[in-house]
Parts: sequence; C-alpha cells; structure tokens
Amino acid sequence: MLADKDRIFTNIYGFQEKSRKACMARGDWDKTADIIKKGRDWIISEVKDSRLRGRGGAGFSTGMKWSFMPKEAAPGRPHFLAINADEGEPGTCKDREIIRNEPHKLIEGALLAGFAIGAHTAYIYIRGEFYREAEVLQTAIDEAYEAGLLGKNAAQSGWDLDIYIHRGMGAYVCGEESALIQSIEGKKGQPRLKPPFPANCGIYGCPTTVNNVESIAVVPAILRRGASWWAGIGRENNTGIKIYAISGHVNTPCIVEDAMSVPLKDLIEKHAGGVRGGWDNLLGVIPGGCSVPVMPKSTCADILMDYDSLRDAGSGLGTAAVIVMDKSTDIIKAITRLSRFYMHESCGQCTPCREGTGWLWRMMERMVEGNIAIEEIDILEEVTRQIEGNTICALGDAAAWPIQGLIQNFRPEIERRIAKFNNRAA
Amino acid sequence: MPKLTIDGQEVEVEGGLTILQACEQLGIEIPRFCYHERLSISGNCRMCLVEMERAPRAIASCAMPVAEGMVIHTDNEKVRKMRRSVMEFLLINHPLDCPVCDQGGECDLQDLAVAYGVDRGRFQENKRAVEDHDYGPLISTAMTRCIHCTRCIRFINEIGGMPVLGGVFRSENLEIGTYVAQAIDSELSGNLVDVCPVGALTSKPYAFRARSWELRKTESVDVLDAVGSNIRIDSRGSEVMRIVPRINEDVNEEWISDKTRHACDGLRRQRLDTPYVRKDGKLVPATWGEAFAAIKDKIQGKAGEKIAAISGNLADCESVLLLKELMTSVKSPNIDCRQDGAALDPAHAAGWRFNSTIAGIDEADAILLVGTNPRLEAPIINARIRKRYLAGGVKIGVIGERADLTYLYEHLADDPSQLKGIVNGRSAFTKVLTAAAKPMIIVGQGALARPDGAAILAMCRKIAESCGMIDDKTGWNGFNVLHTAAARVGGLELGFVPGDGGRDVAGILDGAEAGEIEVVYLLGADEIDMAKLETAFVVYQGHHGDTGANAADVILPGAAYTEKNATYVNTEGRVQQTRLAVFPPGEAKEDWAILRALSEHLGRKIPADSLAEVRERLVTANPIFGTLGTIQAAAWGDFGTEGNPGSEPLTSPVKNFYMTDPISRCSPTMTACTRAFVTPSEGGDEGEEGTGTDG
Repeated sequence: MLADKDRIFTNIYGFQEKSRKACMARGDWDKTADIIKKGRDWIISEVKDSRLRGRGGAGFSTGMKWSFMPKEAAPGRPHFLAINADEGEPGTCKDREIIRNEPHKLIEGALLAGFAIGAHTAYIYIRGEFYREAEVLQTAIDEAYEAGLLGKNAAQSGWDLDIYIHRGMGAYVCGEESALIQSIEGKKGQPRLKPPFPANCGIYGCPTTVNNVESIAVVPAILRRGASWWAGIGRENNTGIKIYAISGHVNTPCIVEDAMSVPLKDLIEKHAGGVRGGWDNLLGVIPGGCSVPVMPKSTCADILMDYDSLRDAGSGLGTAAVIVMDKSTDIIKAITRLSRFYMHESCGQCTPCREGTGWLWRMMERMVEGNIAIEEIDILEEVTRQIEGNTICALGDAAAWPIQGLIQNFRPEIERRIAKFNNRAA
Repeated sequence: MPKLTIDGQEVEVEGGLTILQACEQLGIEIPRFCYHERLSISGNCRMCLVEMERAPRAIASCAMPVAEGMVIHTDNEKVRKMRRSVMEFLLINHPLDCPVCDQGGECDLQDLAVAYGVDRGRFQENKRAVEDHDYGPLISTAMTRCIHCTRCIRFINEIGGMPVLGGVFRSENLEIGTYVAQAIDSELSGNLVDVCPVGALTSKPYAFRARSWELRKTESVDVLDAVGSNIRIDSRGSEVMRIVPRINEDVNEEWISDKTRHACDGLRRQRLDTPYVRKDGKLVPATWGEAFAAIKDKIQGKAGEKIAAISGNLADCESVLLLKELMTSVKSPNIDCRQDGAALDPAHAAGWRFNSTIAGIDEADAILLVGTNPRLEAPIINARIRKRYLAGGVKIGVIGERADLTYLYEHLADDPSQLKGIVNGRSAFTKVLTAAAKPMIIVGQGALARPDGAAILAMCRKIAESCGMIDDKTGWNGFNVLHTAAARVGGLELGFVPGDGGRDVAGILDGAEAGEIEVVYLLGADEIDMAKLETAFVVYQGHHGDTGANAADVILPGAAYTEKNATYVNTEGRVQQTRLAVFPPGEAKEDWAILRALSEHLGRKIPADSLAEVRERLVTANPIFGTLGTIQAAAWGDFGTEGNPGSEPLTSPVKNFYMTDPISRCSPTMTACTRAFVTPSEGGDEGEEGTGTDG
C-alpha cells in the first residue's frame, strides 16, 4: 500500500482546483529551473536510475529511451518530444484523469523531458474524444505561457519549450508511436517500419521521443525526490508508483494511485470494493487493458500487478487497466467484442493484421453461438499465432493475445458451448 | 562493409543494402509483393519476412538494412510457416477467379501461391467484395483482387508525380482508390498495370484478348517518341496484342509511356496493304510493277532539282539511307528529314543530340528547359527529371509555356528573349547554372521549329558554353536537344539534309506550290502541309492511310515498326534496332526493300541485296551505326546562327500527347484517351452528356 507521503497525483480525483495556482500550491513547478540547471546528463541518469518503465504498455525504460536521442541537434534537424495522450485502450482511463485534474504535472514533465532530449517543441497528441480534456489542457498550457513557465526561457530555466496540442481523429492505432508521428505530420495514421526508430527519424524525419502521459507526468516527482525514492517503491525492476484503473464487475470501479507490484486481489478488494458478489464470484481478470490475455480466477488470487509477474503468468501489465469479470460474464462474447474492436481498428496496412483480425472476429462470432467445429478452436489458435509477431506494429499481437488467453484458460467453456449448439441442432 | 550470416553462409555486402538485396546477391529468392526496386519501401505485405536471431519479431527483409553480425534465416521451418501464413491471409479474401482473370499466367500471387502456399483453405467465412473504379480508358479494375501492396499508390505518387491514388478507409475495409472518382490522367498510367502484382489493375484495351502463354515475345524498341524506349512486343498470329516495357537502365528504366504501350491497336487500322496508283483523280489498287512504272514514268529524264524527298517521323535509318542514295543517283539535292522545319544544324552532331544522355539527368544539378514540355514530348524523360527532382538538390528553370510537369520549377519567361539575359548574366538563373557542377539545358523542338529557331539554337549553345555545361575534363556535356520524332536523329546522322543548293522542307513545299518541284517522295512524311503538294507528283511510302497517302499519286505500302527489322537512333544518339514481330499486312514490304526494288526499276540499282548489306552501308555512311546500344560522345562545334530570338511565346509542338503520328492517330485507345483527357469538355462520351440531375 502506498504511503500518503509518497503520493504524486494528489488531485487525481479532481476534488481540488486544477488551476496553475492550485497546482503550484500542491508542489508543481517548484524550482523547476534548479532541476534543469543540473543538466541533461543528470536528468537522464536520474530517470534511468529510478528504473521508470514506460507507462504506455510496453514497459520500456524511459531513461534509456531518452538516451537514444542524439546529444546535439544537427542543423536543420530539431528534436521533438511527442506525448502520447491518445488513450484509446478499452478499460484505460488514467491519462484522462491526469489531464483533467493534474495538467501541470504533465506540462512540467514536458519541459523537463524536452530539456533532457534537447527538444524545443513538444506535441501532445490527444485523443479526439477527449474534447473537454483538450480544453483543460489548453487552458493549463495558456496559464503556463502567461506565467512564463513555457515559451522562451521557460520557468527561468534558460530552456525554450513550446507545447502544441494535436487532436486525434479517433483511430486507436494512432496511439502506436510511429502512427502517432504520421498523424502529427498530417498523414494517414499508419505505423511506420522500424528501423529507422523515432529517435533517429521521427516527426518530419527529425529525432523524436514519444512518451506516455503518465511517464512524463511522474518525471518531476522523480527528479525532485530522487531516483532512489522512486526505485524504493515496488519491486526490483518494477519500481515506482502506478495509476491503476479498475473497471467491470466490481462494486466501486475507480482509478487509483498505488505502488507498483501491489497484489491484484488487494487492488480489487481495497480500492474497488471487491468483486460483485464476492471474490468467489470472480470469473477472470484482464489486468492490463484489452490487449493482454485474460487470467482465470486461479491466477488472480496472489498475482502481483507489475510488468514481470504478469508476464510470467502469461498476461501483461499493459496500461494497468484491470477489467474484472464475474461469473455472469459470457467470456466468449466478451472476447469476441474485443476481437471486433481490433478488426475495426486495424489500420489495414499489413497483411496478417488486415486479413487476420476479420477472420478471427468472424470465427469468434460463430464461437459465441457454438456454431464451430471443435477443430476450429485449434485453427483459431493457430491463426492468432500466424498474426502474432508478423506485423509492423503490435496491434496484431494485441488482437491475438485475448483470444489466446481465452483458449488457454476457458477451453472447456468453449467446448461446452459447441456441444450445446450441436445438441440443439440435433 | 558489414559482414552477416545468411542461411549459414557468411557474406560481406555493401553497407546500406537491405537484407532482401543481400539475399538476392547470394542467389536466395525472397518472395515479395509490395517491394519494388524502383519504388519506396513500404514493407506491408509481410511476404518477405525472415528470421533474425535475437530479434523479438520477424523482420521484413525488404526494409531492414544489413548490419554487422546479423544472423539471418530465410529457409527454416519458422520462416516457411510465416510465408504460408501470409499467403493464407492474402488468399482468404482474394477471389479464386484466375481462369477469368487477365493477370492469370503472369500473376505474382499465383506464382508465389504455388511456391509458398498450401493447397487447401481453412477459411469458412464469406469473402470480401470491393467495388470497382473507373480509372479511364486504359486501366480496368477488379478491386476485389487487390492485395493492398500499395505499389500503385507509390508508383503514381513517386514516379508519375500525380498524387491521385491512396488508401481509403482502414482495416479489412482498406481500399485503394482516388476517393473522389476520377480517371488517372498520367502519361505513365499504363505502368500501374505492370507494377500491380495481381489482377486488380489490368489493361483495359487488352482485356480478355489473349493469355500470356499464347503470346510470341519479340524484343524491340519504341518509335512513337524520340526516347527509344525498350519494349517487348507480344503478338499472336499476325496481330500485335500488346506492348510491354523491357528494362534498360540507360533509357526507360522499366517504364514506358501510355502511347508507347497502347497505340499498338492503331497498327490494325487504316493500313496500306497494297500499292495504289492515282487514275483519273482516284487512288486505285495496283501491283508493285504498275506502281514502280508510274514512278519511273515521272522521274525518268527529269532534272534533279525538280525532284525532292522528305522523310517523316517514323522512317527507319535503312530506308532513309537508301532514299538518300536514290536521290543522289537522280542528282537531286532536295532532301530533308526535318519535316517540322526545326533549325537543327546538320554540321555538328553535338547540336542535335541529347548529349548528357538520359541517365545523365540523374547527375545534373541545374536544369534549364527551353521551349519544351517533356511531359508531353517524352514522358519517360520527364519521369527521369522528376526522379532527379525527388532526390533533391536540383534547380529547374523553364523558358516556355507553363505546364504541370509533375515537379516544381522556376518559370523564367514565356518567350525566348530571356535567353539573352541568361547569356549575359542579367538573369538570376545564370548564377544557378554557373554554380552547378553539372548544369544542363534541354532544348525542345518548340524552340527550334520556328523562324528564329537558328538564333535560339545559337543562343542555347552560348548558354551551354558560358555556364560551364561543356566540361572537357569530366566529359560532361549538358547541351541537350529533346526530339519528338524517332527518325529525326537517324536522319541527321545520315545527312538526310539539303545538299549543295538543295531545298529544305519549306523550300520543297514552296517549290512544289510554285511548280518548280514536280516530284516529291514522301517517306512516311505526314505532318506537312499537303495542300502545297497538290500540283506535284507525290509518291508516298508508308504504312498508314494518313494525310500523306491522301495526297499521294502513288502509294508504296511499307511496314510499321513492329513489322520490320530496322535501325533507329534515339534523341541521345543511341542506335537501337526494332525487330520483326509480325509480318506486314498484304502486299506491304519492309521499307528498305521497297527502295531497293524501286532503284532497280529506275535503272539506278543500289548494290545492296540484303538487310545485312544495307547495314554495312549504314556503318560506312556513319560509324555510329556500328555501335549498337551505346553512345559515342559528339564533338562540340559552332552550331546555330547568331541572331536575336523573337518575342513570340514558346510552345510545345505536342498539343495532344496521345496522337502524334499515323499509328496513334488510328488507335481507338488513343482516341478514347484524347476524349477522356485532352478534350473532355468537347462532349466526352457521345450521348452521355450529364445534366447534373441524372444521379
């Protein structure tokens, strides 16, 4: 359980003001210039030492990512910071709350990150549906400009930073970093091939770092309180504070800030008021937004919520959006709905994802009825394997994993469904 | 040079290559759909996936650059499984209509499915269907067959320079299209059919006319413009079914223009298949003997200065040489190959050739276009300029008409008077040219075929000299003449120009009108003012019943370029040969043989009894004919006539790209293109005039 003194997002529920003054009273923008004066290398090494892992889902070391940027901007090739606020993963709503209620944490983080990677321009790519949030963010940015916290010599740090909001048009795939870059450039949101990586060739072909909102918003706290403070929370290699979103069949769905590596059961019982109808009524949990495999109840009892333990359990932390399903859930139908989502959101660029996601969904639709041959369960499983790892971006993988989790953990349910259909037909 | 291991073979390859290219060097075949050597890399078909050790995901070999120490597997079970997977995905929504698909037999998907696919499907659902598009008279679509490789998008954006195609919608609903319905108005659109790996884009004029395995393939060159694009003529029986490009990096890379590709249906129409002789004002069919006798009757005993010959735009070098020898034997100095009256100076080859060569465009860093619209006159050369433009670091200036050339340029002036400003440095573009390492000037026929043409030519020579376009040290010669006729350079190389006291084309026409010229021999010359030839006795040798044949008193039916082994010289001075794909129709004969026979009838037999002997005479006349396919640099000289260019605006001689010669004028496809792209406002499809309320 996270101690109150360690909390960062003290206004994550929006009980207090979100104006610059109120944010500053809570500690934002406190001696930001002093941090910047410690220099780029110090900032990057501090973030590296904190073992902060990217909060967008992939869990790549943030400090490492920053260190990939060229040391100096080459003439005609400015550096860019892109902040990924295209929070489209079903079940996930953490970045939205940060923007709504703690916008200055994000803006201050943007200044620090921008300085660390040598960027004078930051784009915040915000999901189009976050209309009010974009307004709040723009207000906060305007406030920051008025107070001299952005623009030339931002916060008296000697560093110039401009922030622009770029609103998305509703494509889930634009949350993928290279598709996001394409979209910022005004092109169709389709992931790019890597290499070249964004650190070499990102927005307009210039070195670019793309970070999640949460990753950026925690940076000021890490730099103020020190890497060792952050690294002391959670487990080895899974450090720090995380915002969890708990939804589904719980009594009080919520988002909550807690330490990394809290037990899933604690999270559900303490923060979300427990599973509807008691723990024994639990069917399964999708622990990290809809892209990761579903875990059966047996796994949920003592699993820790962090990158490594969930990976070892065959699932993933993803965005830490816990979707709880009780026994009233038609799990096949639930996963089918996710399949449909991926089919709809595939950019259509590369073959396995374009053709495969539709095939998966159609098979799943028949599976909901039970109108599918037993052998087709294996075909379905194999098709997910044929998509996984063969695509340009991870959307194909994300489409494959929920179905793999379903087949792995709920195969008896599928077979019951088929038998029922066959009995009825006979 | 990075060292890597591919399938257990350690290999050192050039840095910057992709894994796919490295594999090709080793002779390892990597299947691919979206990858195309001349287009940007998209890496989206995923057919070329290979396994790289220590990489978490499969990698697209077409897009991954080689790096030191890579270990690549292209043929293990995992890779084979990936290929089978991608193949399966491509086929689930691809219709199995190969028996009725025009691409059948030359389809990448078909071939790769045989090599890498499985023999049965597991897909139980309904297949996707996609609405077709109307892309105009050249491209027929079956979009359900599309595998979304995006080659067409990249071709038309990058090579064609017309951003009309794109991916619309997403996921499995992704469609390739123009979004707002429109025809693809590019002179290179036919190449879309070639780049499409499946039967989604096929040739409309060729639709359902032949199967690829029925065709006899003849390697030849194109003569419908002066580029000399390398082509393959696909014929069946006595008919040319289609024309497709052949790769020649120095000329057309692997593209051809729509006229080159599609004008071939003009070869079946309006053909002259028997000799004709005019009797009582009417042309009546005759035998070769009667035709020759009629000519002999007129020429016998006539003074040489009363006889003249003009060679046209499609005349081959063999017949031009024999005609010249024939004219010499009747002591006529009145010969000319410049039927448009271009002021090309016959004294210096450097003054009529595209000296930098077409491939030289890739090196140029400043280009000045004078009186030319290369997009209409030579789309392949225009594509080469665009390629250079896309590579960056080139400045392009235009003196002449403003037109969409598919690249940005600085428009300096409409009329040639501005040339003087470039010579004396008053124009800002002079600095651009002098600062460039390899500057280039391209002079079009629009600048030369006018009264002040000789002065413009001289002025352009001066620009070349004063702006450092002629560099003896590097051998760079940036003075280029862009011709529109395939026969022009050949004619000039053979000296088919007025002899001492001879008349040029204008002189011949005026002479004929005034009655001073009594016999005019037209070797495929159709683009001249026939009204002036009314009183003269006109012999027309050619293959189409065009204006020349109408004005003729005797018609000698010749062979078109697909029907003869003949030599042409392209605008660069590159000697190339066409090959006989089908025989000339009816009584028509190869052109050199007609002239050889006529010479015997006239009692002035040319001692050459075979094509080989004629070609020996070609080499004797000009040694460049001994060097097939290559270019001999021409010596610089003083060409043109000093003078002041006028202020008349420069225009391109080609107004309608689709109809420039007797063949394309007879082609129904070119007619359709003209209606669709050149004169859409003049009615379009008859009887289908839109009212705006007809849905």
